[in-house]
Amino acid sequence: MLAFLLLNLDKITKMWTYILRRALYSIPILLGVNLITFLLFFMVNTPDDMARIQLGAKHVTQADIHTWKEEKGYNKPLFVNTDQSGAAILTDTIFYQKSIPLFQLDFGHSDSGRNINKDINERMWPSLALAIPSFIIALITNIVFAMWMVMLLGTKLERMSLIFTVALMSISGLFYIIIGQKIVAGMWHWFPVSGYQDGFESWRFVMLPVLIGVVAGLGAGVRWYRSIFLEEINKPYVNTARAKGLSEQQVLFKHVLKNAMIPILTGVVVVIPSLFMGSLIMESFFSIPGLGSYTIDAINSQDFAIVRAMVFLGSILYIVGLLLTDISYTWVDPRVKFK
Amino acid sequence: MTFIWLWTDFLLWVLFALSMIAVVKIRGNELLSQKWQKIFAQPLALSAFIVFAFYILIGLSDSIHFRLDNNTTTYSVLDRALLPALEAEEKTYSTPLNFEQFSKEYLDNGLRGRVHLNLVSAEITNASDNTKNLLSISANALFYAVSIFVVFILFLAKFTAINTKNNRSAFVTIFALIFFCTWVVLLMPNYHILGTDKAGIDVFYKAVKSIRTGMIFGLLTTLLALPPAIILGLMAGYFKGKTDDVIQYIYTTINAIPGILLIAALVLILQVYMDEHASDYASALERSDLKLLLLCVILALTSWTGLCRLIRAETLKLSELEFVQAAKVFGVSNIKILFNHLMPNVMHLVLISIVLDFSGLVLIEAVLSYVGVGVDATTMSWGNMINAARLELSTDPVVWWPLASSFIFMFILVLSANLFADRVRQVFDPKGDDNA
Repeated sequence: MLAFLLLNLDKITKMWTYILRRALYSIPILLGVNLITFLLFFMVNTPDDMARIQLGAKHVTQADIHTWKEEKGYNKPLFVNTDQSGAAILTDTIFYQKSIPLFQLDFGHSDSGRNINKDINERMWPSLALAIPSFIIALITNIVFAMWMVMLLGTKLERMSLIFTVALMSISGLFYIIIGQKIVAGMWHWFPVSGYQDGFESWRFVMLPVLIGVVAGLGAGVRWYRSIFLEEINKPYVNTARAKGLSEQQVLFKHVLKNAMIPILTGVVVVIPSLFMGSLIMESFFSIPGLGSYTIDAINSQDFAIVRAMVFLGSILYIVGLLLTDISYTWVDPRVKFK
Repeated sequence: MTFIWLWTDFLLWVLFALSMIAVVKIRGNELLSQKWQKIFAQPLALSAFIVFAFYILIGLSDSIHFRLDNNTTTYSVLDRALLPALEAEEKTYSTPLNFEQFSKEYLDNGLRGRVHLNLVSAEITNASDNTKNLLSISANALFYAVSIFVVFILFLAKFTAINTKNNRSAFVTIFALIFFCTWVVLLMPNYHILGTDKAGIDVFYKAVKSIRTGMIFGLLTTLLALPPAIILGLMAGYFKGKTDDVIQYIYTTINAIPGILLIAALVLILQVYMDEHASDYASALERSDLKLLLLCVILALTSWTGLCRLIRAETLKLSELEFVQAAKVFGVSNIKILFNHLMPNVMHLVLISIVLDFSGLVLIEAVLSYVGVGVDATTMSWGNMINAARLELSTDPVVWWPLASSFIFMFILVLSANLFADRVRQVFDPKGDDNA
């Protein structure tokens, strides 16, 4: 073991410096995301506007707005505070005060006074309970169907199923949800129509949305994997494998699938962290109290603090996904160099 | 009569003019016209294109707005064509092609019954009469359709060189469309073809009017996303170094923000802004039109990154090739190299991305309306129809026709776009699976 470590020390340090550099590279991106969200939420849409929305009434006095801004900490200048001196010129501003906590993953309170971090902690579990099974089942189904179509390459059946996948992806996702909910749950009573329950019982509520999610994504998913496999299948190593007398199954599942892992990973790993965010549409249709429906509710009640927190969280998760993708390359493809 | 030009009308016609110029250019270029012939040689792609063109025709006819002198309402050409459906007012729901209302209520004579629809002739009082009437109208429509089709074929055979035997599926499609048109024209003065909605408005009218909204979403968004994608992509790939770093940084940052959340946030802000400046717009129509346009701008802001990345990668490869090096040595300016030498060579990527993105954009309109960040509530769109129809599904008996209509209209457009896009990708993508 020790000998192995010593032999590979060079490689391991190289890998870690590579990962570290990729991680450092994501800092400017996060800063950019923060700047964009700040511009959107505080410059285009000033704190005065937000106060008017939250206070709701038509006859809001300037004094009301002022108190609201003071309560929420929006009563400072945006970027530069000329009343202060020293570093406080830059720190005693909305930009600084609202950005630093975000980087510490402290999302503060929503405009309606709720603790956003606590909400996220509670609501991420139902989101995961829905998102993880959907993700895994969809991944397997899509790959299996794509493989099946590649096996049938050139036959009439393949052409028919290709057109069928185009038809599947031409149907609005809302159609699958509305019809699935109406027929499978509403008429056949196989599953509850909507709702959620914590713990083990949750599977009954999650089954139908998972099923619908898989079917809705089938068309586009199968075609994507199919195109990846088709690109691999014309490479020389496939001919070699066939010439060796391997069966078509062996060629596809042992050789093509392994080599297709790199393009597959590019598309797949990056979304894994984002599974936390849940699905906006699914969760609100099936009243699952996850982060997706949380976001939708925030959008509908125009709660900018929550929307901003979710945008930031989503970006972090995406960047983590990019990082994981890079790491996963080094794992599946030994040719990748850490430069 | 005064013409009224909305922003989206104007841009849609600009787009139309641009595509006509493109057609003329393609016809002058042998290689390109060969490729396009190859696309249309596939019967499925040709049929899909004909259906798609039919949708575009409807969308364009809905993009000429005018106001009659003695009237304050703004009409589009399509509105005038659908006038019977537009003006017939019922009280509430009725099923497709029915002669009476959907639900029973107390009539003038004190009994419970179904109210006869205003649009349907008073002579039709029972279901069998209704069926007979429908059949006779359909037979008439078929007769007219066949006559028009025969004239059309004769015209083609006489004046063009199109081979009428080899394009069977295309002619089947054309015949189906002609029959659909004659059927609609004959039925519309007498029936609500797809029934009426809760407020008694003709569902067919709403579904057809929504075509323009879908078109604008799918086409204008891509049109708006093209300039930044092409220019930045070319610059990043050609200048490399610092320029490349900056451009890559910009699109990675935008990509990092979850698309639908960024769109939602932008639309929320837009809504607040428009509510505050509500008095700036001359009419509700102009207001909702501007909102539609700004929605496309927002979608374009979030969607140019994908194409930009593709163009950058392609330009990186191209700029190492001899013809670019030669141009540099001859002292051709950078701008000329970018636009005269590199741009034509990435246009296939642009074309593929236009056709591939179109259907996704049409579909996302419905999702955005559901999330509450879609088009204005007064704009007719499939998203708004689906949104309104969700509650109707839980009624008993089920009110299914508004939902079904919007889904079917949307499905046909998206399907034909997807089938056509598939073929375009096959032919133009050098890596495409051109084995069909």
